[in-house]
Amino acid sequence: MTQTKGTLYKGREGMWSWVGHRITGVGIFFFLLVHVLDTSLVRVSPEAYDAVIGAYKNPIMIMGEIGLVGAIVFHAFNGLRIILVDFWSKGTRYHKQMLWAVMGLWVIVMIGFTARHVMLFLDGWGGF
Amino acid sequence: MSTPTKEAAEPASKIDMKESGGGGEVPSFEITLQVRRYDPEFSDEARWDEWKLTMYGTDRVLDALHKVKWNIDGSLTFRRSCAHGVCGSDAMRINGRNRLACKVLLKDLDTSKPIMVEPIKGLPVEKDLIVDMEPFFQSYREIMPFMVNNSPAPTAERLQSPEDRERFDDTTKCILCAACTSSCPVFWTDGQYFGPAAIVNAHRFIFDSRDDAGDMRLEVLNDKEGVWRCRTTFNCTDACPRGIEVTKAIQEVKRAVLSRSM
Ligand code: HEM
Ligand code: SF4
Ligand code: FES
Repeated sequence: MTQTKGTLYKGREGMWSWVGHRITGVGIFFFLLVHVLDTSLVRVSPEAYDAVIGAYKNPIMIMGEIGLVGAIVFHAFNGLRIILVDFWSKGTRYHKQMLWAVMGLWVIVMIGFTARHVMLFLDGWGGF
Repeated sequence: MSTPTKEAAEPASKIDMKESGGGGEVPSFEITLQVRRYDPEFSDEARWDEWKLTMYGTDRVLDALHKVKWNIDGSLTFRRSCAHGVCGSDAMRINGRNRLACKVLLKDLDTSKPIMVEPIKGLPVEKDLIVDMEPFFQSYREIMPFMVNNSPAPTAERLQSPEDRERFDDTTKCILCAACTSSCPVFWTDGQYFGPAAIVNAHRFIFDSRDDAGDMRLEVLNDKEGVWRCRTTFNCTDACPRGIEVTKAIQEVKRAVLSRSM
């Protein structure tokens, strides 16, 4: 009576990992499109390329890049989990445990990457 | 349109079961039941109705629906037949998940919040909790859910070893309730997808050593709308009231399609 819409289906680990996989997959696709375009600039004009790539070196882009790497890392590890669900005969029984492993690996990789990335940014990308 | 029921007040709480000892009062508790209702004769819009009910420890969601239908609002419409988890008539969405109303005890739900009941998703709603099951059974028929054996009929049974029988035991348990198919995000957006239940029932024959039409079924399911639509969300496995490992069965059929074409 107060609500007019139906409720959201309460799926569990499997459903949310799929939602995450699709969102990160589509997200990576669009970023890659942009990235292929800006990288191809180097053939048009190296100066324009430097200017565009220079725009990556600010805090907002740093956050964005961390987000992007986070999406790729999740998509890659979860992609391996899906492959195991597909081809390992016991995969369907252990899909939840494998998802926890994916999340664990994701946290470890992201701590490492974020630390290095922020450090390099603060150092002014010496050597890059 | 909430119409509180007036029943003799029962003081005992549902937790304190001690008071029921010695043939005393049966303890009861209060619930709020919300049902998603739709009646195209009156409105194109679905709406929520709410009732406060006094229920007992052995009552299931189905009993609450019965109480409303029999005592308060006879127009409440839902399917049920056996009331014991055998016929597969009363799959519905209870607190956001597909369940059989006759297998969910009210005491196992959080009764401090309203219990929300909706029709299963992805099939056209006809009235209240009743959906049109025809697309579901259409897919079921297409996988040829019957034994095909081309050898001459023996004079006695067609014997099968316990190991061969075990191979497809899990998928023999299906009661065609549609809880799995209507829990699938792929099916919600693509009603053409065969859906988990059809694949489960194909599995039941594909892996039956006495059956000769496995290849034909694999061909049917190798379709664009067949097994390859499955994204392994496991909603079907979580929803199945018979505890069938639905996703496992689908994956086995996928692998059978692959190894057959290789
Ligand atoms: C890093 C290596 C990668 C691995 C191991 C991987 C793995 C996978 C797998 C196994 C699937 C199938 C998902 C399913 O069956 O539900 C998938 C889907 C997908 N991937 Fe990737 N992928 C990778 C990289 C990428 C990249 C770079 C992109 C973007 C261009 C991408 C975009 C997608 C999209 C859009 C889907 C569809 C998601 C869906 O159907 O729900 N993937 N990926
Ligand atoms: S597999 Fe389970 S959920 Fe699906 S129709 Fe059969 S009994 Fe219902
Ligand atoms: S009424 Fe038969 S399964 Fe619930």
